[in-house]
Amino acid sequence: MLLAALAASLLVALVVAQGAFADAFTPESGGSQQADDIDTLYKITLYVAIVIFLIVEGTLIWSLTRHRHRRGGPEAAQIRGNTPLELGWTVGAALILVVLTVITFVYLDDIKNPPPSGPDGLASQAQFASLDQPNPPAGGGQTLNIVVSGRQYVWRYDYPGDEPLYSFYEMVVPTGTTVTLDVKAADVIHSWWIPKLGGKVDGVPGHVNKTWFKIPRGREGVYRGQCAELCGANHADMRAEVRAVTPEEFTSWADRTRTDIQQAGQDLAKQRERRLREGETD
Amino acid sequence: MTFAQRLTAPGWYRAALGTALMFAFGGALVVGVRALYGWDPLFNWDAIITVGALIAAPFGYLVGIGCFDYWFYWASGRPTRPEDHSGHGARSWKDYFRVNTDHKVIGIQYIVTTMFFFIAGGLMAMLMRAELAQPGTQFVDPNTFNGLFSVHASLMIFLFIIPVFAGIANFVIPLMIGAPDMAFPRLNALSFWMLPIAGVMMLASFFVEGGAFATGWTAYAPLSTETPLGQQFFTVGVQFAGASSIATALNFLVTIITMRAPGMTFWRMPLLVWANFTTSLLVVIATPFIAGSQFFVLLDRSLGTHFFTPGAGGDVLMYQHVFWFYSHPAVYIMMLPGFGIISEVISTNARKPVFGYRMMAFSLVAIVILGFTVWAHHMFVSGMFSWLRVPMMITTMLIAVPTGIKIFSWLATLWRGVIHLRTPMLFALGFITMFTLGGISGIMLAVVPFDIHVSDTYFIVAHIHYVLFGGSVFTIFAGIYHWFPKMTGRMYDETLGKLHFWLSFIFFNLTFGPMHLVGIDGMPRRVADYAEQYATWNAIISISAFIFGASFLIFLYNMIASWRHGPAAAANPWRAHSIEWQVSSPPPIFNFDEIPTVVGGPYEYGTPGAVHAVFKEKAPAQVPAPAGGGGAPPPTE
Repeated sequence: MLLAALAASLLVALVVAQGAFADAFTPESGGSQQADDIDTLYKITLYVAIVIFLIVEGTLIWSLTRHRHRRGGPEAAQIRGNTPLELGWTVGAALILVVLTVITFVYLDDIKNPPPSGPDGLASQAQFASLDQPNPPAGGGQTLNIVVSGRQYVWRYDYPGDEPLYSFYEMVVPTGTTVTLDVKAADVIHSWWIPKLGGKVDGVPGHVNKTWFKIPRGREGVYRGQCAELCGANHADMRAEVRAVTPEEFTSWADRTRTDIQQAGQDLAKQRERRLREGETD
Repeated sequence: MTFAQRLTAPGWYRAALGTALMFAFGGALVVGVRALYGWDPLFNWDAIITVGALIAAPFGYLVGIGCFDYWFYWASGRPTRPEDHSGHGARSWKDYFRVNTDHKVIGIQYIVTTMFFFIAGGLMAMLMRAELAQPGTQFVDPNTFNGLFSVHASLMIFLFIIPVFAGIANFVIPLMIGAPDMAFPRLNALSFWMLPIAGVMMLASFFVEGGAFATGWTAYAPLSTETPLGQQFFTVGVQFAGASSIATALNFLVTIITMRAPGMTFWRMPLLVWANFTTSLLVVIATPFIAGSQFFVLLDRSLGTHFFTPGAGGDVLMYQHVFWFYSHPAVYIMMLPGFGIISEVISTNARKPVFGYRMMAFSLVAIVILGFTVWAHHMFVSGMFSWLRVPMMITTMLIAVPTGIKIFSWLATLWRGVIHLRTPMLFALGFITMFTLGGISGIMLAVVPFDIHVSDTYFIVAHIHYVLFGGSVFTIFAGIYHWFPKMTGRMYDETLGKLHFWLSFIFFNLTFGPMHLVGIDGMPRRVADYAEQYATWNAIISISAFIFGASFLIFLYNMIASWRHGPAAAANPWRAHSIEWQVSSPPPIFNFDEIPTVVGGPYEYGTPGAVHAVFKEKAPAQVPAPAGGGGAPPPTE
């Protein structure tokens, strides 16, 4: 009876912890190439893991069914060790891990290094050209570099260009374009993460960390995420959003927002002047 | 005793007096210095609490309770009271509340104290699960929630898992190696009495302005240098837990190296002794690093240094490097003693020698060494030098090899044995299953890109609980059930024990299994509120968690009731071979009337007439059994 219960609960554990890892429960993918790679890598590791787990549990349950004291049976076997077997599983385990490491290596470069923007990406990038390009993508081509700054409890995004262009909370990006991010933090450590776009990275005061994503044409939409490093009392409310639009829409959004920011700046200057004239101080 | 005598004799009255006096002294020091410099305000309560309550008062308590009496007498040239061993043994429950140098009393003091903090930390977990049962804010505000998980983790790690293993080892190790006590009994007592200081500080942090420390048990700078006063309670508390840990580890090292019974070579030591030997090495080498990291934070907070201020030459990532250089080995500090317990329990209950004894010992040593080479795998998303990720990934994968050897060897020990499915054995087998799952998710986490995806998500929460609860805590339960007859002289209730196992095994998996899924799905950890899409799983997790938590009450009842009214235990109810089972239950006050002589390996189950140790020189074992391991052919089949 106990045994049946053990088997049943193992089955439940398996189903819950492993079996249910159907597509619904693999890492988010479909936003950026990087996230898809992570998903593939995860599945490979998971299959290896399931095999190992089944071997361990199989041996355990087999021993339990066949060699319970209650069932009688022969005396305990006098096995103290078995050098070939011990060497075998040491080498075997090491080999599996070597294979996993190699596979990871193959994917790692893809995940680290941004690809160039596609031909259907942001066409005229003159106004977004950025001088700060320490990691040019392999194969040349331009990218859009956005500076992401975290502070308690909001994200700010600064886009390249001579005129100031920035937004808070919602990042607007063109599809088909490689977007590289310089992630910073003003006060404490924050962590930039949009699950569907992959590439989590901490914003660390005093450091500039880099990541990237590239949303293909046709995948326009809103991608949500939130700060992933405990950053204080309202950490749970530090959300972020990436709105992917076509390059054309992006250009018009950028123009509109630049004008808005300029307008707001002029309004503020005027207001200051007026208050100064009226004898108020800041 | 008159009241004045009570205040001068070692004990709780003098401890209260000492605490008060030292608090006053520390406070006066702060006020005095501030007055000299003419600083305003004169009464800076943050400083007074830090110096008076957190640093000075604990020493007053330690002196008062009597930890330093002997050394003070000796140092000041006064006649020390000759050690008449009157402090040995516990005659009533009150003796457990006094400074006692008997390793068996200290072991039980450790176990009971840590159980108290285990319950406190567990209640916090229940409160968190109540809050997380549905999205939104129901029971606690976000800051309190952050405090809850921070204190929960700190108590579980520093006040439960690490010290409870020290407690079990304190009781068992000297008996196992045939020693009359630990090498340094007074240091042993001091180690124990430092421990509650850390726990009380962490709990007390809830009552100061700004609430408990809320930066996680990791206390990452610069968040930890900017949060309210509660943080200091962690920063200083950890120092006391750490000092206690280091002192105990030194004690174990010296005891194991110098006090083994005649004939007990290193290759005849039970694996629990090996496990505590290697754990102690880890503690002694690694623990100073967390002390250092917390001192940096303390100095940044209290004295205005800039270890973690980027603008002033400090570096934020340095904190993480130093912190994890301790805290990754700490994972093994919390696991290796459990490995030792499992080897004892499985071998005894399968009636077979431990498979590959020498490899089991070597793999412990390998874990100690490799354990120091993987710390930065906690920092894959931190933006440290990106080349460092690759070596860290490889070493992290490598450490699965010695761990795998251990799991396979336990399975091979079960293979063709005669398995007695008693409660400790159930927990040991449950441990193998849970720990394999935790190990597998650990390998997945070593894969850098996957780690980047699940860092700081519930996948991590699931992984750590599979390793630390399904792993460590299951071994602790196995160990406590296994040695309960030896410690108390009474038998526990087997039916309740099995019920406890099945409930905790099933509901542990229902609680933490789904966390893998929500983590992969993108739910970050350490949040009081979460998106609607995770609501169903979280409701299921919370319900399982409550049943899981309630299953502990069965254990608690079993332990208390059996200790008081359980049937008397025989000296060796499990027919085990190691030395602690060859003396009465509970053992005599001085352990052995006669020092045993070790004549063979500790796991010669099934070899007729084989014994591990004899108590009389004249009667050596008939069969000189091989010293375990190495594939030696059995004398009889």
